[in-house]
Amino acid sequence: MSPAATDTGASLTPTAWRAPLASQVWSGPHANRLVRIAATVEDGGRISAQDALLLHEQADLGTLARLADLVRARKHPDGIVTYIVDRNINPTNVCITDCGFCAFYRRPKHEEAYVLERDVIVEKVRETDALGGRQILMQGGHHPYLKTDWWCDLIADLKRRFPRINAHALSAPELDHLSRIEKRPVEEVIRDLKEAGMGSVPGAGAEILTERVRALIAPKKTSTERWLEVHRRVHEAGLRSSATMMFGHVETAEERIEHLAGLRDLQDETGGFTAFACWNMQPEGVPEEHLYPAKTTPAVYLRVNAVARIFLDNFEHLQTSYVTQGMKMAQVSLRAGCDDFGGTMLEENVVSAAGCFHLESIQTIERTITGAGFLPRQRNTWYGIVDERHEGGPIGPQDREEGATHRAWTERVRA
Amino acid sequence: MTAGIEAVLARAREAGLGAIAEKVAVAERLTLEDGLALYRTDAVHVVRDLANHVRERMHGDLAYFNVNQHVNYTNYCNKFCEFCSFDRLPGQEGAYLMTPEEVADKIRAHLHQPVTEVHMVAGVWPRIPYEYYLDIVRAVKRARPSIHVKAFTMVELDQIARVGRKSLRDAVEDLKAAGLGSCPGGGAEIFADRVHRAGYRLKISGEEWLACARTVHECGLRTNCTMLHGHIETIEERVDHLDRLRRLQDETGGFQTYIPLSFHPENNEWSHLPGPTALEELREIAVGRLMLDNVAHVKAYWIMLTIPVAQLALSWGADDVDGTVVEEKIYHDAGATTPEEVEREELVRWIRDAGRVPVERDTLYNVVWSADESLRVGSAAPVNG
Repeated sequence: MSPAATDTGASLTPTAWRAPLASQVWSGPHANRLVRIAATVEDGGRISAQDALLLHEQADLGTLARLADLVRARKHPDGIVTYIVDRNINPTNVCITDCGFCAFYRRPKHEEAYVLERDVIVEKVRETDALGGRQILMQGGHHPYLKTDWWCDLIADLKRRFPRINAHALSAPELDHLSRIEKRPVEEVIRDLKEAGMGSVPGAGAEILTERVRALIAPKKTSTERWLEVHRRVHEAGLRSSATMMFGHVETAEERIEHLAGLRDLQDETGGFTAFACWNMQPEGVPEEHLYPAKTTPAVYLRVNAVARIFLDNFEHLQTSYVTQGMKMAQVSLRAGCDDFGGTMLEENVVSAAGCFHLESIQTIERTITGAGFLPRQRNTWYGIVDERHEGGPIGPQDREEGATHRAWTERVRA
Repeated sequence: MTAGIEAVLARAREAGLGAIAEKVAVAERLTLEDGLALYRTDAVHVVRDLANHVRERMHGDLAYFNVNQHVNYTNYCNKFCEFCSFDRLPGQEGAYLMTPEEVADKIRAHLHQPVTEVHMVAGVWPRIPYEYYLDIVRAVKRARPSIHVKAFTMVELDQIARVGRKSLRDAVEDLKAAGLGSCPGGGAEIFADRVHRAGYRLKISGEEWLACARTVHECGLRTNCTMLHGHIETIEERVDHLDRLRRLQDETGGFQTYIPLSFHPENNEWSHLPGPTALEELREIAVGRLMLDNVAHVKAYWIMLTIPVAQLALSWGADDVDGTVVEEKIYHDAGATTPEEVEREELVRWIRDAGRVPVERDTLYNVVWSADESLRVGSAAPVNG
């Protein structure tokens, strides 16, 4: 139970927000400001957090999608929509952080708690490699006894066996957890992991980056300031990371924008984020399901996604989340700000059943992209194109070192 | 209005759709060439803006739904349409024909819910006697006298008249006397002969479908109209289809609602075809809204589109999302993964999230409940233009 919810006995439902009536947006009290904000976006200018909040709360979906699509088209005039052939591996579900919105974790000693054996992990990566995969997304619970050495050993072993596959591993809360249980600075943890071969850091565990929200839904998880700090250190170490947001639970509209502003500020400073992705909380079957409001509807995803594309002007890429939104919504989001379809996220039962499901899922992804009027291309973690079909061969960064062109790293190298 | 029609016009001109936008702005009829241009353009946001402009001019922010149930009284069928996953032959596994009493049981099972309409369509089987059709309508009305019976596509009506050795007009009058209230819009598919021959040649032709609808309208019944898209048809054939519907509507005014239907590829002869994607479905809604200037309503049938697409369609030209729907079978046999029904509160919530005002209607678009209290219960839904 989250402390606040336990104290009051109340649910976590925030104050109700109601979408503005679409036909009245341009004759309503906010029309003048909205016209000005839209003009700023059309002219390629940066909008303030207040402007983003007004767009989020008072603009109609059609306008939001159009403006976000405009920003997307400006950044990606080639009409390419990328995706990565990758696999999700969760080495352990053991976790001591007890987030009420998480259905995945098990406490240590729980009968369903697991840590995957090395040969099981190797086999999963082998299958991924055989299918032309470029990345494994490796993250999991905050295990009290698995330390940096364990992860370094695993990653080094995988890099030795499968040099083409990038270990996109250990989100900021996991890195923070390692630093805490080992009582040493997170910079050292990152340095060791990088030496072992870790190539990039996933953006998970951000949820909503405000202290009020974290106290309610994830009181034991890495704080806002620390989450941003860990990413700063990752970027300074010459690694890239991604950023995420999980909305649709206890947060207010202001807090969604505050979250995005925190990311934009850090990106101004380091330039180390490759991409942003958001999704709504999926409350079915989570431990504290009864405390959470009903799942937000698809229009809210479209709204938040579009505002993020418009506001995060220093992020090159926005990923859609077909895993949470479904293929149809994911496709529509390609016309509402997204330029990337994320990963194929092969699951173990899927791949071992026969590689064919994987190929079919790639076909579905490609057809969905093509149906939206874009050219589908496979990429790596750093958004370099690796697709053999691409005219002129691979373009963009092809490995971790080539990917490290961001400000925080280049300044450090120069110094 | 969508950021002012002037802004929309400017963007349309930039996309080479200026002439079309100018017609839309003054509610002038679009040509077949205009329809093709709307299908061809990459400027999806302009297409959306134009369709949304018309939708808001006609309906403001109102978004209609009803509380309905489906009864598919038989899956016996001798039409063997390539796109269908529902049809069976008698004796085949899963084949069924409900007795009038079984139909009545389906109605009685939902007496505790505020259902106002039964949508009753099925396969076509020549050995089903004429009286059966009258009996099932009567059985429904006996089980729930207040319910509106929206039943029998033009394809079924053609068969009913045939088996009864009656003119269509006489058959429709008999069914009306039994309690039939209106007719659904299915079975139109794509009118073009080429597609008819390739996909559903045993079914009545496009011209026959339109002739049936004309007669039904003349008998004083309203019907819906549809187009099944996303299989082997060309955009020229779609525009032709919309044009034929528009011409009949000029003549009779009997169509209430246009419903684009997406081809679903599972478990049928056309499973190798992929079916339309979400943006193609949204464009279909928009083009339908723009071309069918004389049809009051455009429906985003959520069972088929999925909730996300239906919700967004309310900004792409649609003003209706169909009902809460109990027991849909035809699309689910073709692989639809949507729930078979949705809670009324859920429907209201997603209409509101789309920035629209939910209004529960009956089959003939009289207000049953409205979130906008200025709309009087029992009054006809207001349509401008």
